[in-house]
Amino acid sequence: MAPAGESAGAGPETSTAVAGAEKPTATAVAGEGESASALLDRARRVAESVTDPELPAVTLAELGILRDVIVQDGHVHVTITPTYLGCPALREISGDLHRQLREAGFAEVTVHVQLTPAWTSDAITAEGRRKLAAAGIAPPRPVARGPVPLGLPGRRDPVACPRCGSADTTVLAPFGATLCLALHRCRACGEPFEYVKDI
Amino acid sequence: MTDDDAWMTDGDDWATDGPASARWAYGTGFRDPFVDIDLSAAPTTDPEQLAARCLMLGDDALVYSHRLQQWITRLPELEEEMAVANIALDLLGQARLLLTRAGHLLGTDEDRLAFFRSEHEFRNVRLVERADADFAELVGRMLVFSTWRLELLRRLRNSSDPGLAAIAERGATELAYHREYAAGWVVRLGDGTDLSHQRMQAGLEAFWPYVDELFQPDPVLAELSPELADPAALRSDVDAVLDSVLATATLQRPSAAPAAGVGGRTGRDGVHTEDLGYILAEMQSVARAHPEGVW
Repeated sequence: MAPAGESAGAGPETSTAVAGAEKPTATAVAGEGESASALLDRARRVAESVTDPELPAVTLAELGILRDVIVQDGHVHVTITPTYLGCPALREISGDLHRQLREAGFAEVTVHVQLTPAWTSDAITAEGRRKLAAAGIAPPRPVARGPVPLGLPGRRDPVACPRCGSADTTVLAPFGATLCLALHRCRACGEPFEYVKDI
Repeated sequence: MTDDDAWMTDGDDWATDGPASARWAYGTGFRDPFVDIDLSAAPTTDPEQLAARCLMLGDDALVYSHRLQQWITRLPELEEEMAVANIALDLLGQARLLLTRAGHLLGTDEDRLAFFRSEHEFRNVRLVERADADFAELVGRMLVFSTWRLELLRRLRNSSDPGLAAIAERGATELAYHREYAAGWVVRLGDGTDLSHQRMQAGLEAFWPYVDELFQPDPVLAELSPELADPAALRSDVDAVLDSVLATATLQRPSAAPAAGVGGRTGRDGVHTEDLGYILAEMQSVARAHPEGVW
């Protein structure tokens, strides 16, 4: 199983791309006097700036689910990967990409879904982790590779509280408001907080 | 509507539920999720046989997801509502992709396969069909199902079919969370009060006759992944996890005899318990009443 784990852990190349890029002006029209590379850069910046509908503190690029952006004859093809196979936010993400690219002057947009390599929470960028923590959401621990251990209650490392930093936290609910979140509580400051599950 | 329309989102159609994304059932509005996976190479496995395995694994997830969904609003705590709903959604996601992959090979799509097949065409194991009598039975069966499916998908991650391999890789990590949730509750109830222990033990006894069926040898699965060539190895890995949880929970492993099939035929052959008919009636009635409907 090591090869599969490693390939998943390698992460998409776009995950390290410009984080938090400024949104380009919406008035520009794609293709007019712009070189192919400038057009691609602009499309890429727009796609990278789209935020996740369920974790609006981070962009798709920071979350590591934006896999590729290409422009062919003015037609933008964006490839994303689902965090979970049943993720219901994919449709919203696709809609956001369409809208923001259209506002930036790209009339033709297609969103593709890519399954391999599978997304892993390790693909969340350092900037993404910082922004999650700033939003009160604990970023994921590194994913353990190799055989899948059965973690009976009490056997897992604690998650640090994003508010006060204490490691004295407990799991309130292993499944949270979305597929990718769990609900924890800090015993030190008493506050509940969400945790992006390591997967 | 052609197959190409499924999963597609071009231009404005996604936003207005126009023709490209008008799917009465799911309407994800995406291009085929397998578009970036090269499926063109001649499969080493007979396509019909491969499709049958995708249906088996897809039907397990679909029918079990439906059973879990029936628990929503009936669970003891809000946290359990969220957990069971999340797990059902994960399994529905796995089912959709597996049925989509089967659809590629059979010239149809996930909706046709989910809503317009009859009981005898479903290939799920009988374990997933029962209605849980109580929460103990729910978590007990979930422990067995997720432990087994996790081990199965782990072994399919290097499958010779790239589509199946992609689903297995993602699905296995999801199942680790399901297993952990179920194991936590089995321990809490088994090693709890006398009454919770008694009910947890009774919960295991209720579905245990259907556990044996999970380990029927399947030469095609063995062909798809050499790691599945030895069904005894799969069983011993599953048993190791179950034994560890049951021991911690102070529960006895049931010794009930396996439920008989009909002339040796069981869920994988399309021979099901009475329960499946009721599940399909509920799950398929709207689709069948409005076969051309869209939303």
